[in-house]
Amino acid sequence: MRKHLNVIVAYTIMMALIILVGIFQSWNVALSIFNMCLISAVMTMGANIQWGYAGLINFGLMGYAALGGLAAVLISVDPVQEAWAAGGFNILICLFIIVVMVSVIRFILKNFEKSKIRTYGIAVIIIAGIVILRITSETSIEAIEGVNPATTGFLGGLGLPIVFSWIVGAFFAAGLAFVVGKVALGLRADYLAIATLLISEIVIAIIKHEDWLTRGVKNVIGLDRPVPYEVELQTKEWFINLVAKFNSGKLDLISSIADKQTVLNQLVIEGSSVFVKLCYSGLFLIVVLALLIVTQKALYSPWGRMMRAIRDNEEAANAMGKNVVKQHLLIFILGSAIVGIAGAMLVTQDGLFTPGSYRPMRYTFLIWVMVIVGGSGNNFGAILGGFAVWFLWIEAAPIALFLINLFTAGLPETHELKIHLIESVPYFRYLMMGMGLLLIMRYRPKGILPEKIEIK
Amino acid sequence: MDFLNAIILLLNYIFVPALAYGSQLALGAIFVTLIYGILRFANFATGDMMALGTMVTILFTWYFQSIGISLGVLPTALFAIPFAIVLTIGYMLLVDKFVFRYYRVNKSPPVQLAMVSIGVMFVTQAVVRIIIGPSDRRFFDGEKFIIKAGEFKEMTGLNEGLAIKSSQVITILVTVILVSILFWFLNKTKTGKSMRAYSDNEDLALLSGIDPKKVVMITWIIAGILATIGGALYGLDKSFKPFTYFNNMLPIFAAAIVGGIGNPFGAFLGGYVIAFSEIFLTYAYKKFFMYVLPESMEPETLVQLLSTDYKFAVSFSILVIVLLYRPNGIFKGKVL
Repeated sequence: MRKHLNVIVAYTIMMALIILVGIFQSWNVALSIFNMCLISAVMTMGANIQWGYAGLINFGLMGYAALGGLAAVLISVDPVQEAWAAGGFNILICLFIIVVMVSVIRFILKNFEKSKIRTYGIAVIIIAGIVILRITSETSIEAIEGVNPATTGFLGGLGLPIVFSWIVGAFFAAGLAFVVGKVALGLRADYLAIATLLISEIVIAIIKHEDWLTRGVKNVIGLDRPVPYEVELQTKEWFINLVAKFNSGKLDLISSIADKQTVLNQLVIEGSSVFVKLCYSGLFLIVVLALLIVTQKALYSPWGRMMRAIRDNEEAANAMGKNVVKQHLLIFILGSAIVGIAGAMLVTQDGLFTPGSYRPMRYTFLIWVMVIVGGSGNNFGAILGGFAVWFLWIEAAPIALFLINLFTAGLPETHELKIHLIESVPYFRYLMMGMGLLLIMRYRPKGILPEKIEIK
Repeated sequence: MDFLNAIILLLNYIFVPALAYGSQLALGAIFVTLIYGILRFANFATGDMMALGTMVTILFTWYFQSIGISLGVLPTALFAIPFAIVLTIGYMLLVDKFVFRYYRVNKSPPVQLAMVSIGVMFVTQAVVRIIIGPSDRRFFDGEKFIIKAGEFKEMTGLNEGLAIKSSQVITILVTVILVSILFWFLNKTKTGKSMRAYSDNEDLALLSGIDPKKVVMITWIIAGILATIGGALYGLDKSFKPFTYFNNMLPIFAAAIVGGIGNPFGAFLGGYVIAFSEIFLTYAYKKFFMYVLPESMEPETLVQLLSTDYKFAVSFSILVIVLLYRPNGIFKGKVL
């Protein structure tokens, strides 16, 4: 018990903060913060596996999160029959060409010695392949994007329940991570950071501009939900009864029946939105707990010990016969897959996919702040970091407003400085994040909950 | 005649803009490479430090405009830049003293310093946005064009016009002057040589009596000059928006690595490599072929290799290819 005291205290404070938001702001806000905290926690767990367990820097988290989001779209949206009729066949041919291209290149790489001719040959195959792809796809892409562009203009998805996309998102992200890992993992740490950052930008560029697949910056809205809709809930008998039962104390105080009805209606509307958020919280909690159990098991398994050995001394681990390259690739794929799950969860919660909103500040660097602040190498720390940093990210504006009002209390309301500061309140969150990161790195470099490995 | 038209077309849409954009990238890339070579970390705050320098330039420009100082045909910002440089250097030295120095003295691994620079990035970004706001700002005044497209057509009687903006000429001239001075400084002066020695082998440099504090300070001073001028020139040529500056960090990194990180001359050339390839690959050559080819062979499509949406992706792909085949960059790294 004593050993885990700091973990328990830290989590209690965190939950208390969220409950305080519930009491003083509203339960709706508190729950939406809580849900985003859970999603952030999943992302930080993914980053923590790569950085904390193996010491790999992945600044491409944004790309994997976006691929997870793309999976949500491709799984849940109904297929657009007209678009498939217009150009689906050609797209399938293109897919086939890509598969052929990759297998030919693999064949060449396997069966020929490394030489200049081989390199040029591969380059020629890639360039020829791209030219053929463009020629085959050009007209059909135009045809697909021409189908009802205001509402569809893309191929659509499979029309399956959106929850499946959490798994598919993981596979998408893992696939990308496999390619990136093969290409970039041999690089030095800071090169790896830059390379992954740039590759994730390429991924976003593709998602943004391949409208036939993703609708691009036109966004996909109104995705299916795994939980009931508020409007439907408000008409359900059992839900109204439930709300009435919960608030019976409050309702009994009101004597007139008409008044009672209006109050009840109000409560039902509020309650339905809280109920929906609670459903999401439940789903997300299952994912977080499952991942936590698995990652904790992995951390204390022989495999986890090996990963730490590789992280702390690559050469020694190599000398002991551990395949460092293979393990690095494996952990890169696993971590990225978890980030992919988080990306799909995020799109599921929002019900919309907006490729334009994927920016490295929010999806890469903020997640890294969470990992560093929480405590790299410690799963509880990573989750706590996700909670604490997201909480601060959301509540930074009110805190900043409060502080500004406090410090400029002596100034008149119309003073230019005060107006300017109040207008720029949203940007104080960057200041707080940066200061927080710098202070933690300086005075508690291992994070709030540092890594603690005891041999059992 | 058609052939001349085709050349003017390329000059107007590819060569001149790429030269200006490349110069702006080159200044940023030398900044990255200097920090990497001497302080030994990848500075993720590059873009935002450039934004800070530009912001200070804009503030001074506004001040000078309000008290009625102007340079006539030249933009007022040119007069404001020296003042902005001083303030930017001050900010950088302050950041170094309170943030980076601790890790340098403790000999932390470069990865940790890179993480710290992310913290600095957040803070700098906040400072810029709180002071000047996130919106788009233009601060160019004075004569806009040196040659207007219409005038050029009248002058030469060609169908294609060549428009040269004064901001482009200023960018290229300033870059050439600044980079020449910098290389002279690094190669000929005693301080410059001591910086190169420090970058090459820190311990040996310390043994020969080089003062590390002085080297670090001079590095930040040069960095401040490069960041402010590079940022201000970009802002003069296009416009100032904090988010764009943050994004520009990526092609700047690409340029620095393509040129061989730690090698200022490589970074200088890398800027142009990135800029030219971005613009070459995303330009629609239809009109060019219409001039060059006989009428029967004229292309129907735009003859565009990649859509302009993939502009950034081009530079990143080049970087990935370079990292794969020549991890030390085209011009070999680590020879400051």
